[in-house]
Amino acid sequence: MIGAIAVASFLMGYDPDTRLSVLAFSSPSSHLSRSATGSTSGSLSVRSASPALPVASTPAVGTIVDRVDAAFGASWRDAGLQAASEVDHLRYARRMSLGLTGTVPSLEEIRVLESVPRNLRNERWVKHLLADERTSLFLAERLARAFVGVEDGPFLVYRRSRFVSWLALQIRNNLPYDRLVKQILTGNGIWTQNPSVNFYSRTLDQNENENDTQVDPVRLAGRTSRALLGMRIDCLQCHDDFLGNVNLGDPAEPSGGQQTDFHALAAFFSGTEASLGGVNTGPAPVPWKVQLLNASEERAMTPALPFLRELDGDEPNLRLRLANWVTHPENRPCARAIINRMWAIVYGRPLVEPVDDIPLEGPFPKPLEIMVDDFIGCGYDLHRLVRVIATCKPARLDSMATFEITRSHGRHFAVFPLRRLRPDQVAGAIVQSSSLTTIDQQAHVLDRLMKFGSQQEFVRRFGDPGEDEFKERGETVTQKLLMMNGSMLSDRINEGIHSVAHLASLSPNADKLLETLFLIVLSRRPTAEEQQHFIPSIKAVAGSQKKERAQDIYWALVNSIEFTWNH
Amino acid sequence: MHCRSPEHYSRRTLLKAAGIGGLSSISWLTPLATALARAQETDKRNAGKRPKSLIVLWMEGAPSQLETFDPHPGTEIAAGSKAIQTNAPGIMLGKGLEQTATLMDSISIVRALTSKEGDHERAIYNVKTGYRPDPTLTHPSIGSVICHQLKDAAGTTIDIPRHVSILPGQLPGRGGYLGDSYDAFKVFDPLGSIPDVKTLVKKDRQKQRLLDLQRMDQKFISSRANNQIVEGKLGNHNLEAALKMMSSEQLKAFDISELPIGVRQPFGDTPFGRGCLAAIGLIESGVRCVEVTLGGWDTHVNNHELQGNRIKVLDPAFASLIRELKARDLLDTTMVVCGGEFGRTPWVNGLGGRDHWPHGFSVAMAGGGIQGGRVVGETSPAPERGSKTPSKFLRDANPIENLHATILNRLGIDYSRELDTPIGRPLKICAGQPIGGLFE
Repeated sequence: MIGAIAVASFLMGYDPDTRLSVLAFSSPSSHLSRSATGSTSGSLSVRSASPALPVASTPAVGTIVDRVDAAFGASWRDAGLQAASEVDHLRYARRMSLGLTGTVPSLEEIRVLESVPRNLRNERWVKHLLADERTSLFLAERLARAFVGVEDGPFLVYRRSRFVSWLALQIRNNLPYDRLVKQILTGNGIWTQNPSVNFYSRTLDQNENENDTQVDPVRLAGRTSRALLGMRIDCLQCHDDFLGNVNLGDPAEPSGGQQTDFHALAAFFSGTEASLGGVNTGPAPVPWKVQLLNASEERAMTPALPFLRELDGDEPNLRLRLANWVTHPENRPCARAIINRMWAIVYGRPLVEPVDDIPLEGPFPKPLEIMVDDFIGCGYDLHRLVRVIATCKPARLDSMATFEITRSHGRHFAVFPLRRLRPDQVAGAIVQSSSLTTIDQQAHVLDRLMKFGSQQEFVRRFGDPGEDEFKERGETVTQKLLMMNGSMLSDRINEGIHSVAHLASLSPNADKLLETLFLIVLSRRPTAEEQQHFIPSIKAVAGSQKKERAQDIYWALVNSIEFTWNH
Repeated sequence: MHCRSPEHYSRRTLLKAAGIGGLSSISWLTPLATALARAQETDKRNAGKRPKSLIVLWMEGAPSQLETFDPHPGTEIAAGSKAIQTNAPGIMLGKGLEQTATLMDSISIVRALTSKEGDHERAIYNVKTGYRPDPTLTHPSIGSVICHQLKDAAGTTIDIPRHVSILPGQLPGRGGYLGDSYDAFKVFDPLGSIPDVKTLVKKDRQKQRLLDLQRMDQKFISSRANNQIVEGKLGNHNLEAALKMMSSEQLKAFDISELPIGVRQPFGDTPFGRGCLAAIGLIESGVRCVEVTLGGWDTHVNNHELQGNRIKVLDPAFASLIRELKARDLLDTTMVVCGGEFGRTPWVNGLGGRDHWPHGFSVAMAGGGIQGGRVVGETSPAPERGSKTPSKFLRDANPIENLHATILNRLGIDYSRELDTPIGRPLKICAGQPIGGLFE
């Protein structure tokens, strides 16, 4: 909990606490050295240590970013498009915070960021966010939606929260993604002790047969193809592809997907059991039997891979065999799938839409293929991937331009997309927006509990988009009412140390109050025009009326399109 | 209202043309505008005809058919459960449904419903949408389909949402590919206030807030007016509808606290009972689909006692709902459907519970032309335990999509019509066929 003196110092524009100066005053090398030791503390310090990843021949992130930017530049030239100009550091900080932590920068963070030399701000900001536990938790939740969905599942054998926490730890420790996938696909044991196995236990039904402990190969095949390979082949569960939507086999000469392709993939999971004793491969092989469309009887499916079969091994353990194939360095769809998903998380929309439907045969955006090469070549390094995505040009471009912005600009990533915030981002941004300090893992436990509880309730009321969270959605009346009159917002306006009322009481003058309100809500300062509109109305009142005016301005800012959209 | 019927747009267009909509006037819906809009809407419709509506009594967790609508007293699978006679000859109900039994001549039962989903979330999705979960597409719930397909009530202007979920459970009705604007509006115990509809400050402050907001939004939108990608999307589109709802007299339909105790008491002093009573008022106000949830049916242990506790809540509410709809002359135009995501196993497990059973479960239906006193489908009193083909122990079974086709067809919706979906594949509103034998 921050004291009044410190709060006043933030409002005045300087940092009273040396622990906050890591971002501001460390050189890039000292920042990295702190990362290696993990010895610092404080809300802007780097706390985690990454495990050793291949570094000897690893090109600098900047080199890859340059190549990605060059590829985007070429596509803009080819399409005859002018790209938007770059945004300022605060707008960049806001969109990266929303993309990586699901909230907006705190005033505390903004003050420190602004003390960093201009040419280092974006890079330092991404490093700062990557070291923040909020980022690993936020990314884990996003990936968990793809891996296990959003529902609670069978109570006795499934713990989604454990799975998310486990994922967050792996992301924080920067476990190479191929190893992460292998752990998920080959995991055994109890879901509480080895949370990766919740991938399997999620598919267990509580049905009439108490002895039925088989996981659901069909749902697992669908999950594997969508989440791990970025391919929607679910329709093949019931019939051969007749629309030309699913191509499998040889990527150079693909053929239409067959029902047998899907069930041959499902057969890798047959025999995996999930019971109160945990997830394990059963003692004896269990054939996966399917009655194919128009067949008169069931047939046992032989496990077979849907494409790139030359990468298959002879491992007798079916799940390990599948995991080896999925994570084989030449199995590029696996890398494409996670890169496309991480791009969607950080940038707001995927490179290839929908996020989990990248055709086997392409065509692939050239920037994607550059990132695939880098990702595989650098040991499936997720942190590096995030840094590449976050610092490449499309993420730095403005959503506005002096020229007409066409759909072609959007398709080519020549402007930053204007997107409505997801419910979790709206909730996270509201919670942070009334606080001067960062509500992160270092915040007081009560603040964190309050944040967690109110965010959960808000998202429930607002409407959780579920797994398909990158699809554009419209706003509902329920959401509008919640934003205008909901308790989450009114709590932040009216009560406690993290409230606008409290903030108003500490502001030395009308100008500083307005600036603070704009910075904590919109991550920018008011324009001259906005000052002209708001400041006289603040100066015209005093005492409790001044507090009310601050509350009303905050309400208008939080309900504005500028706050509820990423831009 | 936010179901975006064509009429709604017409009214809005009229308001816009008259220059009296939007934020520029905070009292943006003048009596004149309302009158003009209503007149135009009324002209377009067949005045005097009451539209058809749906009330879903959603038994979340899955009620046991053996203790409710499909008892087999005296058999091994009854496991001691008793049944009672009803006023419909030959139809029995589970013990505890005594009030409902007196109205059985107005209620019919579809037994032997089947699905392929034995997991709660997936089965809820399946029963509410008529489709199995598909990771590539979110299907709309039946309430959303009804709002999408049917027009507003003749001669009425509906300020409140036309799709409402009272006491929402895990998955309240969603608009799915029809859009979030068709999501059910969620409210809780009708004895309490409706969430988020009261302005938090006095009028003058609210007016100032809206003016400040308008200023912020105008600037943001105008600076992006050259962005074709978000053309028509960028805006505080639902602000107007939200403000209209906040000041609507129709909000009273959500609140039963001022109704006489004599009206409330028969429904039972429970949130579910109050929800059923509120549902009637909402239907009267023009709401098209109300879902009222009663949870707690997932009885893997101690089935008989726990089901009995739920039945105590269900019986007075269900029966009173039918009675009151009749009394208000609403039953003919309001279909009531009572059921859950699946049934429960014919066999009691070692903990005295019944597990999940999608291979023959029941729903009760009334109103909207349902004849009453009829039963469609039959389950065996002695199914084979562990059978790989449980459907062979059913007669006149119906998959869940047939229930949807029945409801939609009766409400006058072309259930086989194909709608465009975001994945580029046209999809039938419903893939089932109406169940025969329930209507005249």
